[in-house]
Amino acid sequence: MDRSRLTLRLLKDRVFKVIVIFLCFLSMVPLFLILSYIVKNGLASLNWEFFVEIPKPVGEKGGGIVNAIVGSFLLVIVASLPSIPLGIAAGVYLSEHRGGKVAYLGRLAADVLQGTPSIVIGIIAYLWIVVTMKGFSALSGGIALGIMMLPVIVRATEETLKLIPDALKEASLALGVPYYRTMLKVVLPASVSGITTGVLISIARVAGETAPLLFTAFGNAFMNWNIIKPVNALPLLIYNYATSPYPEWHRVAWGASCVLVGFVLALNLMVRIIVGRWKVQF
Amino acid sequence: MESTVLKTVSLSASFEDKRVVKDVTFSIPENRVTAVMGPSGCGKTTLIRCFNRMHELTPGARTKGQVFLRGENVYDMDPIIVRAKIGMVFQRPNPFPTMTIRDNVIAGYKLNGVKLSPSERERIVEDSLREAALWDEVKDSLHRRGPSLSGGQQQRLCIARALAMKPDVLLFDEPTSALDPKATARIEELMSELKDTVTLVLVTHNIAQAGRVSDFIAFLYLGELIEFGPREQLLTTPKDKRTEEFLTGKFG
Repeated sequence: MDRSRLTLRLLKDRVFKVIVIFLCFLSMVPLFLILSYIVKNGLASLNWEFFVEIPKPVGEKGGGIVNAIVGSFLLVIVASLPSIPLGIAAGVYLSEHRGGKVAYLGRLAADVLQGTPSIVIGIIAYLWIVVTMKGFSALSGGIALGIMMLPVIVRATEETLKLIPDALKEASLALGVPYYRTMLKVVLPASVSGITTGVLISIARVAGETAPLLFTAFGNAFMNWNIIKPVNALPLLIYNYATSPYPEWHRVAWGASCVLVGFVLALNLMVRIIVGRWKVQF
Repeated sequence: MESTVLKTVSLSASFEDKRVVKDVTFSIPENRVTAVMGPSGCGKTTLIRCFNRMHELTPGARTKGQVFLRGENVYDMDPIIVRAKIGMVFQRPNPFPTMTIRDNVIAGYKLNGVKLSPSERERIVEDSLREAALWDEVKDSLHRRGPSLSGGQQQRLCIARALAMKPDVLLFDEPTSALDPKATARIEELMSELKDTVTLVLVTHNIAQAGRVSDFIAFLYLGELIEFGPREQLLTTPKDKRTEEFLTGKFG
């Protein structure tokens, strides 16, 4: 091949590389813009008081968002309690019965549920729980979020268990260990990192959900620990305060955004650490 | 006459419609190494997986015929008891990755919820590891995890784990196919030592290995038991033409 053609090809190679790197950075720009904007606007309102006090009425200075933090915490707990065991159990079933009809339907159901708009799930929770119990509550909001967590946990469990070598299960069965003990004591412990990752990702996903909480958890200007009463939540507070006409409420909304983003970021960091540290070597 | 510990009577096994073991009848003598030899895909592994009822765990798998363990049909027994009495060592070492070396040895007790006193536990751990010729190498690192060992050590750990259950029979399913020659030699040496306490069945496609470690050889071809007899006789004066062809490298 003559020399000039080779130079041309090398040049194309280099141009391609530069374009790829440039586009890669470009795709990260929105994330950094959002993060820097939130931190710039939110950091100013963050102080000790912000984390331990409930909001002050309009016109009064200070106040915090502790009711929303507690509310979000309650909602995540209520959502996790049923969805983690149910999701893991369903995931175990799906990975153990790969070819079956029930497994096919289960997988389809999980995928459809994952694609269902969150506002629709909120309406369902409203009809099922808020209407029957005649009142907005943390319970109804938690159930709505739990339904959203379920498919994420199911699929994460299934995918993790699929990676566990059959040899491991056989080793246990060949020792005369019954099937249920093999699953509980050998297979699940070997998949703990993947399943925990799935759970944390599902929590990160629902922590910022606003739509299903609008007519379930509803929001509450005061502190509430009772799960059958309405509670505030970080995304609800951000929604309500950011759409209000008061500049000091806007500042609180920025601060709350900062807290929420920090929480989600922390969960994602935890996932990284768990994947690295708890990884089971076969 | 040898005393028999394991006996099959017209044993057949299949996956879906495919019969992989056809009408096998033979007796495995006690405290001897019996090699099940044959070319790849001839049903060797499936045959021994019928002994401890592991075959039936595969979806679509079927078994016909009988397997007698000391006169009792294993298909009338609880599979969990059968598998405790007939231990198994697999092709690839498969120690439990989440457990320490100590816990791997007593995994059969732990996973079955059997409570052991600390002294009993230490005794079983030490005895089993000594029997598996691994004690001297790991006695100071019993708290480390199974997969931290080398491949050959892992395989001996799996042997110790099976021995800890005090089985009557130990099935070896090509136990050295994933190991290097040196580790292979250790495992083969170990098998010769073990036959005083336990009856061994070794699946192998390696004629030389069968010649080195076995006392009896069963030659399996296309799922049929072609010939069974003492090692010397089968290797030097086979009765069947197919055995001779396999031994002389005409196929396999």
